Amino acid sequence: MSVNINSRPGSARNNRTGSWRVDRRPKFLRQNCIACRLCLLVCPEGIITGKAKNSFETDYVYCKGCGLCAAVCPKKDIEMIPEDTETEG
Amino acid sequence: MPEHLLSPGHTACAGCGQALAARLVIDTAGPNTIIVNNTGCLEVFTTAYPESAWEVPFIHSLFENAGAVASGVESALRQTGRLDQIRVIAQAGDGGTADIGLQALSGMWERGHDILSICYDNEAYMNTGIQRSGLTPTYTSTTTSPAGKASAGNPRPKKNVMEIALAHGIPYVASASAGFPMDLQKKVKKALAIRGPKYLHIHVPCPLGWRHEPADTYRVARLAVETGLFPMVEFEGGQQTGAYTLSAPKPVAEYLKLQGRFRHLFKPGAEAALQEIQAIADRNIARYGLVKPA
Repeated sequence: MSVNINSRPGSARNNRTGSWRVDRRPKFLRQNCIACRLCLLVCPEGIITGKAKNSFETDYVYCKGCGLCAAVCPKKDIEMIPEDTETEG
Repeated sequence: MPEHLLSPGHTACAGCGQALAARLVIDTAGPNTIIVNNTGCLEVFTTAYPESAWEVPFIHSLFENAGAVASGVESALRQTGRLDQIRVIAQAGDGGTADIGLQALSGMWERGHDILSICYDNEAYMNTGIQRSGLTPTYTSTTTSPAGKASAGNPRPKKNVMEIALAHGIPYVASASAGFPMDLQKKVKKALAIRGPKYLHIHVPCPLGWRHEPADTYRVARLAVETGLFPMVEFEGGQQTGAYTLSAPKPVAEYLKLQGRFRHLFKPGAEAALQEIQAIADRNIARYGLVKPA
């Protein structure tokens, strides 16, 4: 009997880890962003995207709400807000 | 090509320092890379069967043998004339590198394989429940070295794997940190441009095992370097060629007080243990020249 024990590249995307968030999520204020990319570099999920100033965003499907992006932002332009707050991100 | 070569959906804890470091490493190495991984957190959270977060070929066999498996992969690439296009990375946690996988790793270095070995050092066996490893620092409270009335935590010193690697006479040995992402990327790039065995030791905070806030991962990683407890240094051809220097090293307490695993050091009667940890940082600073003379 042969069993296929290979996995498809990047198939972990099936796990929508955004459901792990407990009470807070990052909000990208897009006011004072200097495009230093630090949030993008340190995000453990690798889900922050953006190039120009004030263009960065995250993917709430996978964001676990660790708050690292908000903690490292030198301009305090990312805020952790309560999960039930209505926002477009 | 996907944005990153380590996809989201992996099951690392929120704020995982290893997840962010591993992504920086593979994004820097690029798609023509084969990864061989020892057992450990990284293997478990990126490849929960039947899924994988890797966008590059990834092999996990056992806890102790990434060094041996990677040697085989590298030899096959050499035999088929493809070692010019494809790079091999053997990676592990601190247990897989310094304890369980050390023998295979030593063989891989000694035989001179063209492989970059990486240790993601979170200073204990985190995946199985925070048991101490050979890289757990002195006076750390873990589940197998609990601090209490009779003990101030792990009584043994942290093993110096950098020195073990250097003793093999390999061309490049360096340490990096999840708190310095651009320095880390620069070192991966430099290492992969060198032929022969390379060793990169990356300090990666673990919010679960170190018991700090997930949002503090970056801050904790930087403080380890800024206090001198984790020296960021580079060795080429056996000689030290670089160090992240500090204008004024911070007291170790600034680093320790953020973490639950060191909480017992701030209770009355623990002053001597705290001083011993400061002495470790001071020795690192002197040994690696972390403070430039004015």
